[in-house]
Amino acid sequence: MRWMWIDSVVEHEPGRRLVAVKNCSLAEEHLHDHFPAGPEGPADPVMPASLLLEGMAQTSGILVGSLGGFREKVVLAKIVSASIEGEVRPGQTVRYDAVVEQHDAAGAATKGVIDRWDHRRPGWVRLGAVELVFSHLDRNRSGQKFPEENFVFGENFRTILQTTGLDRLVSARD
Amino acid sequence: MSHTESPTAMGRDQIVKNVQEVLEEALGVDPEEVTMEATLTGDLKAESIDFLDIVFRLEKAFSTPQKPFKIGQGELFSENLLNDPELVKDGRITPKGLEVLRSKMPHLDFAVIEGDPQISRLPELFTVKSIVDFVERKLAA
Repeated sequence: MRWMWIDSVVEHEPGRRLVAVKNCSLAEEHLHDHFPAGPEGPADPVMPASLLLEGMAQTSGILVGSLGGFREKVVLAKIVSASIEGEVRPGQTVRYDAVVEQHDAAGAATKGVIDRWDHRRPGWVRLGAVELVFSHLDRNRSGQKFPEENFVFGENFRTILQTTGLDRLVSARD
Repeated sequence: MSHTESPTAMGRDQIVKNVQEVLEEALGVDPEEVTMEATLTGDLKAESIDFLDIVFRLEKAFSTPQKPFKIGQGELFSENLLNDPELVKDGRITPKGLEVLRSKMPHLDFAVIEGDPQISRLPELFTVKSIVDFVERKLAA
């Protein structure tokens, strides 16, 4: 499985909210480059903020997809705002808590917060907040056509949906 | 943004203020850039995906618990309307196309492109004023 930046969905309020977690692991190769040891000091493995954003986009994207039985091709259209202060290191857990603000046939707006759990100092610590806009690809303004198959909620996402029971929401294509 | 006023009682000044705030937030532009004549894609550098964000923000800004402000697809912006060959031919809006657009989008001033109705000029019609007119007309409906 590739490019999954959440490990599991832990809460789902249908039509409103979805919460997912991700465990940051030293087995992730990119952490050895972000940042490696150098003349300035020892290695400092930190989860890149761009991947925290990706995790929130995946969490929110699944939530938006669930609104339409995963029939729509939901794509991230716009990062309206994002503020992330604080870092996530190997051994810590990230939690993405997303709610739908607005949605219609063309897409959806979501709002979410990112929290961190450190097993040595238990308790969730707020890292930031992210507002996103998603578009339904088949209803794009230019009228451009895309393949029938839903490549957004393809094999990668299916595993997450199955392991968390969200696959019961998947409706057959009309 | 204030939601205390009833939208039916909202005057044009307040509508202008709310629309300006929506555009400042959605497009990250400064207040002085959002003049009534400014075009969304030209002057304010809006991209197509910003239109969905603008629609969501307008709905939020002008909705009240008593009266939701819901903008239908193609009501404010001309989504998919112009893929019909009867309405657009060789990159130009046909007389029938202009007629359809006029009736569906009375908030736009088609006189601006009438002499040269190229489809590529349509974005010139989406000014801050056109959004204000759209909101004013819809609130009064």
